[in-house]
Amino acid sequence: MSRTFLGMPATPPRAPYGEGNLRGDAAFPRAAEGELRNEQLRRNLGRATHTIRAKRLAVTGELPDWEQLRDAGSALKTDTMNRLPELLEELERKVTERGGTVHWARDGVEANAIVARLIEATGSDEVIKVKSMATQEIGLNEHLESRGITPYETDLAELIVQLAHDKPSHILVPAIHRNRDEIRQIFLKEIPGVDPSLDAVPAHLAAAARAYLREKFMTTKVAVSGANFGVAETGTLSVVESEGNGRMCLTLPETLITVMGIEKVIPRYQDLEVFLQLLPRSSTGERMNPYTSMWTGVTPGDGPQEFHLVLLDNGRTAALADKVGRAALHCIRCSACLNVCPVYERAGGHAYGSTYPGPIGAVLTPQLAGMHAAKDDPNSSLPYASSLCGACFDACPVKIDIPSLLVELRHQKTEQSGTTPEKLAMKAAAGVMKRPKLYTAAQKAAGLGRVLGGRDGTISHLPPPFSGWSDSRDTPAPPRQSFRAWLASDEGAATLQGAADEGARQRAAAHDDPEEQR
Amino acid sequence: MRIGLFATCLGDTLFPDAVKATAVLLARLGHEVVFPPEQTCCGQMHVNTGYQREPVPLVRGFAEQFGDAAIDAVVMPSGSCAGSVRHQHEIIAERYGDRALRAAVTTVKAKTYELSEFLVDVLGVTDVGAHFPHRVTYHPTCHSLRMLRVGDKPLRLLRAVDGIDLVELPEADSCCGFGGTFAVKNAATSSAMLHDKVGHITGTGADICTAGDSSCLMHIGGGLTRIKAGTRTLHLAQILAATRTAPYAPTEAVR
Ligand code: SF4
Repeated sequence: MSRTFLGMPATPPRAPYGEGNLRGDAAFPRAAEGELRNEQLRRNLGRATHTIRAKRLAVTGELPDWEQLRDAGSALKTDTMNRLPELLEELERKVTERGGTVHWARDGVEANAIVARLIEATGSDEVIKVKSMATQEIGLNEHLESRGITPYETDLAELIVQLAHDKPSHILVPAIHRNRDEIRQIFLKEIPGVDPSLDAVPAHLAAAARAYLREKFMTTKVAVSGANFGVAETGTLSVVESEGNGRMCLTLPETLITVMGIEKVIPRYQDLEVFLQLLPRSSTGERMNPYTSMWTGVTPGDGPQEFHLVLLDNGRTAALADKVGRAALHCIRCSACLNVCPVYERAGGHAYGSTYPGPIGAVLTPQLAGMHAAKDDPNSSLPYASSLCGACFDACPVKIDIPSLLVELRHQKTEQSGTTPEKLAMKAAAGVMKRPKLYTAAQKAAGLGRVLGGRDGTISHLPPPFSGWSDSRDTPAPPRQSFRAWLASDEGAATLQGAADEGARQRAAAHDDPEEQR
Repeated sequence: MRIGLFATCLGDTLFPDAVKATAVLLARLGHEVVFPPEQTCCGQMHVNTGYQREPVPLVRGFAEQFGDAAIDAVVMPSGSCAGSVRHQHEIIAERYGDRALRAAVTTVKAKTYELSEFLVDVLGVTDVGAHFPHRVTYHPTCHSLRMLRVGDKPLRLLRAVDGIDLVELPEADSCCGFGGTFAVKNAATSSAMLHDKVGHITGTGADICTAGDSSCLMHIGGGLTRIKAGTRTLHLAQILAATRTAPYAPTEAVR
């Protein structure tokens, strides 16, 4: 890994940020607005996330050692990140020993160039693709197209997204924002030679896609995949999937090129026993996923006879440098955090502007690609795209404390952004709060805020930046008297004395009458 | 027991009835309630919005006000403020404080409780002698549920209330959308969350929606009065403080 640093400027002493599909056009609140108005999206997302939540809870709840499995997954990831360089070099050695070729890519641009060069060397102008986050992150398809190479996505949902010239909105279910009728329309328009009488029955839609893809599987000589795991000890790569289309891509072509984020390495083959339990149960809510493919280098006479592994950094070393934030690299992309997130459920995946949406996206994206807070970078709005409700932390199979990471990144954002009106307001508030006399005076002034309240004692309109709040909520006018003023009053003293006396009477009565004993 | 009552800045200033009820309840249970007079705010809003230098004096102030060894326990009617003291003060002290502050924070954290966990875990009571003849539904706030892990303690307290008609809230554990400055910064997303929460609450037909945090109740209550719903919000402490002799009487504006 040390070679990644070659040629980097000495200051600032950190690895460069990643590039690619890791930044949206608008800050989260604005990007979410359009999606919030999309009733279809809200309905699909609501239905899909609720169904999968229930399935996940059922299959994680049935394992008596689920919490220990989570602890094990978390410990394995911590260990991996602590010695990432040596594990990657071990992986490189093993893959090479078994007949594969390993390439190191500092960023998306390098990875794209490597993959395009490898495909061109085979003489093919087409590739079939296994669903992969890493290649989505670096915009590989767009790059290949610019070089005259046509990529075919073979994961059904990914295919729908590709045919619709759309972007995925969910890690696992990229077309979660589409319904059957929309999919039928997309197929009719985009699949050459499709039966014009195609209806919206799921089995018929799947059959149409299958007929289209089968031909690609049989004729395309090169495949590109991602990887869920890369085992350092043996050089074994693994892809976990549901449809079997990935298996086709991994076994039928002559050349296989795998692009893997460097954080996907795991130390030992045996560690798969932990992750292969955690991943399917957390992602699809299945005890086991239908297809788990594993391959090690090249096996003569069986499967692709040429294998390339592209190890992708693209900001991961930068994230690794942050002792709090680096936990985001533990992610195994199960999407459980998306499925339980109340913000994701409403705003949808596109609002995050990145390949990685949802809670994990909100902490991973700014770390991979940076959040240049002083320049109004949309990425600097992502750590705030959360109510910190903590549902993601509870769901995460490797126990990433996403709420704490969000709070940490918010701090980094305010540290980067210089003097802002918000910072001044926060300083002013803290200035009042730390002086009890001033604070008490401010409370009295707040009591005067009662004049803002209408006859029912509520305030229904507030000026910006609080107008978004008052659009759908009333705010109570401050009460006449603060708690501390009441406590210091005769009424307060008498009330507390009365309560103490009543309690004493109750206890005495209970003592006399054991039946009443509480 | 000698209990240090932390009113929280929101409770002290905007929702004094919930704090009064907490004081009344603890006094009725036979404990001495003290109110360190220089207390103000735990600094949670600052930390959760990304400001960690500014709240250092607040963290220090809290530890000074409640660090007194004569105070056996620090109790507050808020899951999120208790969560801030227990989970965030150390981070602030570690990063921007000195050794004295780190030590003070660790000491005070160990005796800090949210009301329901104090009642059930420390005092060992679930029946506090309350009487509340109304239909009630309970919303577990996120920080009490997932940061403090109060679990069903508030429900156990409510089930023991005389005369109560406790109805279950569907999808109770989903966030109401408050999240402090989240409701201002991401108002539209927050509103969508609030809309669903308010729908579930009114669907129960409850007169009262209760919770352990005035902040979330302010949010939910603001959504309920906006649609002129028949359900009002009330802090858990106010239900537990109500008795036959001192029944609940709304003094603050209906919210
Ligand atoms: S952060 Fe955790 S829950 Fe979210 S996708 Fe990654 S592994 Fe799954």
